[in-house]
Amino acid sequence: MAEPMGFYTDTTVCIGCKACEVACKEWNQLPSTNGGVNTLSGDSYDNTRRLDGIHWRHVKFIEQFTEDRKDGRWLLMSDVCKHCVQAPCLEVCPTGAITRTEFDTVVIQSDACNGCRDCISACPFGVIEVNPASGTAQKCTLCYDRLQAGMEPACSKACPTQSIQFGKISDLRSRAQKRVEQLQQAGEKRAYLYGADEKVLGGLNSFYLLVDKPEVYGLPPDPKMPTRNLASASWFSFLGAVLVGLMGLINFRNRGARLDAEERP
Amino acid sequence: MNTFPSSTFFSAPPDWGWLIVLYFFFGGLAGGCYFLAALIDVLGRPEDRPLARLGYYIALPCVIVSGLLLTIDLGRPLRFWHMLIESNTFRPMFKYWSPISVGAWALLIFGIFALISFLAALVEDDRLTWPAGRKFRPPGMLSAVFAMIGGFFGFYVAGYTGVLLAVTNRPIWSDTPLLGMLFIVSAASISAALMILLARRSRSTMPGLLALHRMDGWVIALELIVLIALMISLGPVFRAWLNAWGLLLFFGVIVVGMLLPLALHWRRQWLGERNVTAAAALVLVGGFILRLVIVFSAQQV
Repeated sequence: MAEPMGFYTDTTVCIGCKACEVACKEWNQLPSTNGGVNTLSGDSYDNTRRLDGIHWRHVKFIEQFTEDRKDGRWLLMSDVCKHCVQAPCLEVCPTGAITRTEFDTVVIQSDACNGCRDCISACPFGVIEVNPASGTAQKCTLCYDRLQAGMEPACSKACPTQSIQFGKISDLRSRAQKRVEQLQQAGEKRAYLYGADEKVLGGLNSFYLLVDKPEVYGLPPDPKMPTRNLASASWFSFLGAVLVGLMGLINFRNRGARLDAEERP
Repeated sequence: MNTFPSSTFFSAPPDWGWLIVLYFFFGGLAGGCYFLAALIDVLGRPEDRPLARLGYYIALPCVIVSGLLLTIDLGRPLRFWHMLIESNTFRPMFKYWSPISVGAWALLIFGIFALISFLAALVEDDRLTWPAGRKFRPPGMLSAVFAMIGGFFGFYVAGYTGVLLAVTNRPIWSDTPLLGMLFIVSAASISAALMILLARRSRSTMPGLLALHRMDGWVIALELIVLIALMISLGPVFRAWLNAWGLLLFFGVIVVGMLLPLALHWRRQWLGERNVTAAAALVLVGGFILRLVIVFSAQQV
């Protein structure tokens, strides 16, 4: 297997230009919303709203201003599939459509997916949705086709500020750590990395430098694998079956002494 | 700002709608009726067998409807077989840790059991000539073993849907381990209710009906306990039900589907002859609303 590859997104240098969104749409031939009819969300400069089957990159605009708007800041973040080392979507996919590539990225094979949508509810980041054009679940492939040809993904290639950086995960992690130290020395004590270590789902192959709590960016503070509930839910179900069985046993077995008349409801 | 009771609140809804609600309902009826029929065959008396046959007669159409609903709900229905056969390699597709994968196989296997039991019931009723079919009806070791294995798969089909919901990252669904247990107990209660309704509709006196009615009372009480335990297990996530869905859960499921039927069990004089029928009808309505609330409420958080 080739060395794990991924994205490091430094949100502090994102300018919200959406070049990544456009590059992603162009390269992956993704349709626009409502056939291109512009609908304003009313949520800052964000009109694509979220990641879904036809938006594999999404720039978030978070406005943190005081009531009188004299003081405040923008938080901008280009969001994408996290290509988790322990990927919940891959774990539950019942068709084998979701696979891990030689670059340690997670890809949905559209020709194998049958659109059951289990992966959508399994993803703790809300990344995956059905693309209405294909009827299958879709998300960022980390430009698997470009990677196979030795090219870098379209979004990071298009990013004008190097907010999105592509490379070997080991290189990206050390680069990101230096950037955190630089920011903290400059007085930005809130800077930290989200998903760069193994605490979050074994590590995210698309990790972030953030300057506020994860939930401010719409990221779960403590994402977990869906199978965490498998054993307990199965055992409780088994217990339910046993209890119902016992009730059947008591009601159908021990009625020999009852009168026939009582048997007629 | 932005306080969330659980990290599950950042996932996206899978858009499982009415087809899945109906599937959970009919799947519960299929599995539950088969399980009860098998229970009556194994534990009951010979004169209870018409009641068991009624269970098998319900289970097969319900499992067929279940399969159709699941298939239609897929984004690509013609690829339904991808659940069972890996489309790239044509090898069997099975992930024991993915409830939807195991459930697809369980539904297939249960369907075969339901078909054979359905045909065997027809043979016993002298409506079908199939000499080998008689072996699948009691008395006899084969019929008992067959009923027990089929009953296991029946209950699996009825309950795995709750486990499936728990093995996600959606609020409510994955914030409690009790949905599978609730669905299994509910499947038993709605199945007993449907069998009681259909048995009384046939106007023939079926021995065992009173036992089934009495058992349903116990199961409804258990279901109420499990539902309350489920609500407690949600912890702070329970606030996701402090809305119209919570009201529907309380009035539609707890009051209409559980408390009223239980009251009818205790107060036989209320509606006289119609007491049993009314209780059974209410249980069915409550069972349907339960699945409706569980499926939709977690997707509108």
